[in-house]
Order: sequence, then C-alpha cells, then structure tokens
Amino acid sequence: MKRLINLKRIEARRIFITYAIVTLAYIIFQVMSSAGLLSSSMRGMLVPICAYMVMAVSLNLVVGVLGELSLGHAGFMSVGAFSGVAAAVLMQNIIPIAALRLTAAMLVGAAFAALAGFLIGIPVLRLKGDYLAIVTLAFGEIIKSLLNNFYLGVDSGGLHFSMLTDNTRLLEGGRLIIRGPMGISGIQKIATFPAGFALTIIALAIVFNLVNSRMGRSFMAIRDDRIAAESVGIDITKYKMMAFVMSAAIAGAAGCLFAMNYSTIVANKFDFNTSILILVFVVLGGQGNMLGSIIAAAALTILPEKLRSFADYRMLLYAVVLIAVMLGTNNAGIKRFFDKLNPFNRFNNNNKDEDDEAGEAA
Amino acid sequence: MFSRAKTKLVPVPSKSMIPERDIDKSPILECINLGITLGGLKAVEDFNLTIGRTEIAGLIGPNGAGKTTVFNLLMKVYQPTTGTILLNGRDTHGMDTVQVNKAGIARTFQNIRLFRNLSVVDNVKIAMNNEMRYNMWSAILRLPNYKHEELAAHRKALKLLSIFDMQDMADVRAGSLPYGAQRRLEIVRALATNPSLLLLDEPAAGMNPSETVELMESIRKIHDMFQIAIVLIEHDMNLVMNVCEGICVLNFGHIIAKGTPEDIQSNPAVIEAYLGKQKGAQ
Repeated sequence: MKRLINLKRIEARRIFITYAIVTLAYIIFQVMSSAGLLSSSMRGMLVPICAYMVMAVSLNLVVGVLGELSLGHAGFMSVGAFSGVAAAVLMQNIIPIAALRLTAAMLVGAAFAALAGFLIGIPVLRLKGDYLAIVTLAFGEIIKSLLNNFYLGVDSGGLHFSMLTDNTRLLEGGRLIIRGPMGISGIQKIATFPAGFALTIIALAIVFNLVNSRMGRSFMAIRDDRIAAESVGIDITKYKMMAFVMSAAIAGAAGCLFAMNYSTIVANKFDFNTSILILVFVVLGGQGNMLGSIIAAAALTILPEKLRSFADYRMLLYAVVLIAVMLGTNNAGIKRFFDKLNPFNRFNNNNKDEDDEAGEAA
Repeated sequence: MFSRAKTKLVPVPSKSMIPERDIDKSPILECINLGITLGGLKAVEDFNLTIGRTEIAGLIGPNGAGKTTVFNLLMKVYQPTTGTILLNGRDTHGMDTVQVNKAGIARTFQNIRLFRNLSVVDNVKIAMNNEMRYNMWSAILRLPNYKHEELAAHRKALKLLSIFDMQDMADVRAGSLPYGAQRRLEIVRALATNPSLLLLDEPAAGMNPSETVELMESIRKIHDMFQIAIVLIEHDMNLVMNVCEGICVLNFGHIIAKGTPEDIQSNPAVIEAYLGKQKGAQ
C-alpha cells in the first residue's frame, strides 16, 4: 500500500490547528490590547469579530456539514440577541457578577434561538436545495418583522408583552425592555473579549465533537448521498433537524454576545445582508472547514475598517478584494502553491492526485 | 469454475419455490401480486415471489424489464400501487425506506452511491448508526459511553471490511477507491445494517472476469457467514448461474419464468426474451 490519503490523520491535525490558531490569536490580541497597541476602533471590534466567527462556525454546520443552504441565519442571531439581552436586564439584580450574567444570558439566547430553529425547522426541513434556501430567507425576514413590532415590559406584576403597539400598560415603576422598532437601549455592555474567545472555543468544541460522532456522520451522509443514507437507515428529517437546531442555538448565543457589546440593539441590524455576510464567511472559508470560516469572518470584519482611508471607494475595494480572494482560493494552481508552502498540508493534495494514487495502490 | 451441490427447490403455497433447506422456516420475503404504475406505464405487474430464509436468488431480464424497480419497491423508494410485500411475515404497507431497512432489508445500488467524501470506515459506521445508542450530549461532552460505543463500532466496522480484505484502506476517502473496491464497500455498508435480506443491484457491473470470480466467492462467503438471504440483479450469466439457487426472469414488468438455473437455461420463453424468436419456430 503506497501513500494513500489518511483522512483520520488529516482531520485530527486540522482540529488541533484550529484550536491552536484561535488560542494564539486570542493571546496576541489580548496582550496587544492590554499593552495599548490596538487602536480604539480595533478594540471595539474584538467582540463582534468573535460573534461573527461563532456565527460562521454555526452556519458551516448547516451549509458545509449538512449540505443545506440557509439564508436566514441572522434571524436566529436576533432571537438570541433580544431574548438574551432581555434576560440579562431581568437578571441584573439576581446575578450581580457580570460574567455569570453574560453566561446565563447567552444560555437563554441559545435556548430561544433553538426553539425558533425547531419551529422553523418543522416546515422548512421538508424541503431541499433551492426551495429550502428561499424559505429560510423568508423566515429570517419574518423574525425581523416580528421583533420590530414586539414590545416587552416588566413591572411588579411580572412580564407583559404586546405586538404592533405598546399595549403593555406597565404599572408605576415598570420598565419597557423591548420597544418595537426602537429595539433595546441602555444595554449594560458586559460582553468582553475573553468571553468572546470562550464562546468561540465552546462553539468549535461542540461542532467538532458533533461532527466526529454518529450524528455528524449522519449529517455528512445526508450531504453526500441522501438516497444511500436512507437506505442504511438514517432518518433524514431527524438529523437535519438536529443540525439545524444546534446551529440555531449556537447562533443565538453569538447574537447575545454581539448585542451585549452595544448599548442599543435594533432588529433591523439582523437583516438579509447580515445573513448573506455570514454565508460569505462560510463560502470563502470553505464549506465544512471551520478554521477557514473563522479566518474569513475575522478578515472580512476587519477589512472594511482598514479600508476606511479610501473613503468613498471603500465598499468597491471590499468587493474587489472579495472577488479576488474567491477566485484565488478556487484556482487549482494557486491552491497547489499554497499547499506547498504549508508544512502541515503534505497529505492534502488535490483530489486528482488522490484518485491516481488510489488507483496505483490497488 | 464453481461446483456446488445442486439445491432442490420445493413449492410453497404462494406459487413460488424456495430451497428445500428453508422449508421449515418462514420465508424472509413474500411479494404478492406486487405492481406499480409509473407515469401511466405498468412498470411491474403481478409480481409474485417468495424468497427462502437462506436463499441466494437471482433476478434477471433484459434492460428495462423492471428489475431495479422491484428493488425500489422492496426498499420503499416507490410505494407499490397494488399488492403486498411481506418481510419476515410482516406487511410493509405504509413503511418508508428507513423503516424497511430497520426491519431487515439492505441494498446496494446500480450506480454506486457511496458517501464519497468520507473515509471507508466512516461509510461503514454510518450504516451502524441505528445500532449505536449514545445521544447528542454524550457526543458533545465525550462521555464514556460515546468512547465505548465508538470503539466497539470501529472494531466491528474493521471486521466487516476484512471480509473483503479492505481493513487497510479504512481511513482512505471512499470516493478515491478503485471501482471494484467501491462496489465491495457498498456491500459491506449494506451488511453493516444487520440485514436478513441483502439486495445486490448488478454487483459485478464493470468488473473484470477475475474480479467477478472473487465477487462470487465473496457472495457465497457472506451467505455462509451471516446465513442471510441474498437477491441479486445481474447481467453476468456466469455469476448468476453459478451463485443463484433460484432465478426469476422478468420481461416488460412480468415474470416470465422461475426456477433453478438449469430450468431457466432451457426455458424457451427466457431464450426468446433474450435472443428473440427463433426463425421458423412459429
């Protein structure tokens, strides 16, 4: 047997490198930040970058691992953001420690996003391919509209909510938390860079551990061949739902982290553009490639800021860079060049070589 | 090439014959008046077939005769328009593919359908999914039962792969295997679901003569090891005549002959279906 591609070894190495790079980047930025080497705009972006990285990883579970295109991922982010922040406001007196309150808020955000994912999944996951993608897009918009018209208040009598107009009729001393299109304002900014790092590592651990289990194998089986998966007893709907809900839950936690970094949050922030932006991270980073998603999310969040000096041409340049990178990463010649540079990638030749080698070995 | 003891076929109540050794056991599969209409065309009609508990049966016929349609009916890819399928004595009416697989049928495909981007051993482990019991949280938190069951599944998968001497390729990408090995992997994957009836759709397609001989040995080895029933669709008559005990010939969706390989070889209706009417034989 000649040198056949050993997928297990590649996979184990890829996971290790992903954790290592994320940790290393965190240490570097943390040191730079505390040494005052980062500009204030850069410091302000650290938490959103983490949130986007987690979003990209969670969407990659659906797009890269399960193989279904979801265009409404920002919807789950907003569900997590609104429910998480509302929970944080309510828990302000119960849990005085900020880090603990943030954790609890993220858990609440994840739970509500998972619930939304489950409810949306019931109709959506009966579809496949383009139809599924378009319906997720519609649900993303529906979530945005609902949150734009949602009022939530609290007073001594408990929680009150209403739709369309503020009919909560709060008692004296009550407080309106979610004000429809005005969103939530006056948020205590308790999201920190270490919390963002922790969430990124947890999201990675969940996704990697899930992918390397019987559930993850079932997701990939559905992606590779749905008919064959059914013929060996894989319940397609069940595993699609599992991936979808898990992805929504992680997105919810990321949304909560994201919202806790700003003093005001509105539903319009999580629109179709945000969904597409996250999808761009996934596609650019490589479907099923978590490290790629993370790098793409970080790079594409920083890039527009770095291009600020080009003023009016900023978004034009952003688009040009995006096109160049997309073309570059999908060009076999350029890919091979980078593979040669990468000492860890000795086994990772392109598919053609793999097939040839396998043919010879047999 | 092969000399094996001739199996005597005996009649069973449902107009079919099964091997004499299986007569005391209930048949694994009974198709009664099975039929399906696809787009106005009666693709299969009045299909009656009984398969003994440990029989190796062949399903042959010219191209377009409806052989793969029968497999798709048995696997519930299509729901039959008429008739009944009894699997292990149980009516499969209303079941879907996943349920009939759990009830004991597994299949391979005419056009290979592997999980191409996954490793060989993962392909087999996917088929063992329903056997593993640990839940999502055990997987995420890597609890002991995850590790225990994964290890057991890995060992079992390697053991199954060793039937075809493929255990050394366990971590290779399935899509990069040579053609013959892909066909063999599909059979291993089907076996990993613990079927009592294995459906092989053209297992020898694209194989050279020596690979076909190996395949014949493997089919008989599987049959002897697992004591299961096997139904195969095949165009390679050498394989069919040597391996199968009972043969069923389909043409235009109808069964035109059933019997032992000897019966089939001398059956005028079969010869006509394959070669056309003899000149002057009217």
